[in-house]
Amino acid sequence: MKTIWTVARKELRTYFTSPIAYVVITVFLVLVGFFFYSLLWWFNSQSMQMAQNQYYYSQLNINQQVFGPLFHNISIILLLMLPLLTMRLFSEEKKIGTEELLYTSPVSTTEIILGKFLASFIVLLSMLSLVGLLSLFPFVYGNPELAPVLIGFLGLLLMGAAFLAIGIFFSSLTENQIVSAILTFGALLLFWIINWASNSAGGYWKDVLNYVSFFQHFDNMTQGILDTTDVVYYLSFAFFGLFLTHSTIQSRRWR
Amino acid sequence: MIAVDRLTKKYGDLTAVRDLSFEVEKGKIWGLLGPNAAGKTTTMRILTGFLPATDGRATVGGFDIFTQPNEVKRILGYLPEVLPLYPDMTVTEFLNFVAAIKQVPAAKRKDAVAKSVKSAGLETVRGRLIKNISRGFKQRVGIAQALVHDPKVLILDEPTIGLDPAQIIEVRSLIKSLRGEHTIILSTHILAEVTQTCDGVVIINEGRLMASGSLEELTASVRKKETALLKVRRGLPEAAEAVRAVAGVEKVNREDGDLRVEWRPGADPREEIVRLCVEKGFGLLELRPLVMNIEDLYLKVVSGGTEQ
Repeated sequence: MKTIWTVARKELRTYFTSPIAYVVITVFLVLVGFFFYSLLWWFNSQSMQMAQNQYYYSQLNINQQVFGPLFHNISIILLLMLPLLTMRLFSEEKKIGTEELLYTSPVSTTEIILGKFLASFIVLLSMLSLVGLLSLFPFVYGNPELAPVLIGFLGLLLMGAAFLAIGIFFSSLTENQIVSAILTFGALLLFWIINWASNSAGGYWKDVLNYVSFFQHFDNMTQGILDTTDVVYYLSFAFFGLFLTHSTIQSRRWR
Repeated sequence: MIAVDRLTKKYGDLTAVRDLSFEVEKGKIWGLLGPNAAGKTTTMRILTGFLPATDGRATVGGFDIFTQPNEVKRILGYLPEVLPLYPDMTVTEFLNFVAAIKQVPAAKRKDAVAKSVKSAGLETVRGRLIKNISRGFKQRVGIAQALVHDPKVLILDEPTIGLDPAQIIEVRSLIKSLRGEHTIILSTHILAEVTQTCDGVVIINEGRLMASGSLEELTASVRKKETALLKVRRGLPEAAEAVRAVAGVEKVNREDGDLRVEWRPGADPREEIVRLCVEKGFGLLELRPLVMNIEDLYLKVVSGGTEQ
């Protein structure tokens, strides 16, 4: 347990003493801020127009019309940016030869993987908490429901964790960071849109394709629906990514 | 302290190490000598638990490296050929991290780092980023990270490679100062490294053991035959004939206009040869004993010589 933290602290140090974390967090916040502002501005003008009509006015819902789309936007930005956080985690160790130090220390492969995962997860957590601050404004000037917003953030966190685990897996495959990032990005995008194929697929496959797609599970959570199926889906995805990483590292050493 | 028993490592069809066996006593410095691609790094990687072996056994400090890898890793310090350094850390930060993953308890970590900084002579650069220090200091940081958890066994892969002559001497004396407390295996393709720092040597070539033993043993074994170089002014063919007839002489070879005379140990025919040369008027210029040393043995082994 202590060893996991030692590894995590080393990775956090690298994130925050190099420009990586700052650039990723800043660009992320600028984009999220822009989307958030646009959505709020649009909602605001809608409210003004519809104030004349009682029926339309009652249809306005800040949770559905601001937070829902915002979470979708954030998820796409995460899909683009999280591979950049994970790309160097194992590739770099391999490239500069420090893997020999790690693997000849009395530390298990699992501890190394979990340490690295924890570090990237902490960066993700800090990205989302900063967005959390941003989303306090509607609570000050309006009255959105809290629970669906929290569930939306939970969804982002779970999905982000799955993204990170997949990124770590691809990082363990290659010593080239760019290759690792592109593979991660490709895999994530494929799992995002794989449910498109479900329209043409029939019967059993339709359900399977819908189930493995990131999108379907996330859509529930942006609407404030907390279903254990979705939570289990993301957790098992994260577990699977880390498990594959473990297998890759072990097989490389035992070849 | 270290026992290697019929170790074999294959990468696909390529056999990097073949049936290698040797032992190293506690507190000694032992050299693993061989040309490039002889299997030195592979052997060390197996001993440190970085690579598994295809066949054979090895124990370090009484622990089997395959069934008790964590026990071995705790008592073992390793300097790989490619220095395992994080360029964006300072020397102290890096050593702290290594101490932590080598399971040095938090309370003792500060002392452990201070001690390794001191023994590797890193006091002046301890606060600098590793990417900004010279190659010689990087090499010392490499040694310091191998020492930081005070391991019983040190495995150093090419510890002096890429250093200038003054730094080589410093690193060698640093390694020598660790003798006694630590059991050390170092690999090198430079013979001088072995004769100057090691107590014993394992010579390997193409993955096979060619010779092993303490330096005295090996020197004694190559001195079974005694040789001298004979230089005469004229009549070389006749001189060769005449010397060959002297009692005790086993072999006379012509070498660049000189004669190389080998004789049975103890038979020392030099006096007789001198007398002969003077009597027959060959014009004796030089009679010089040639000492066969470990260098000759190494060259012989590396150029495809016999097994010992």
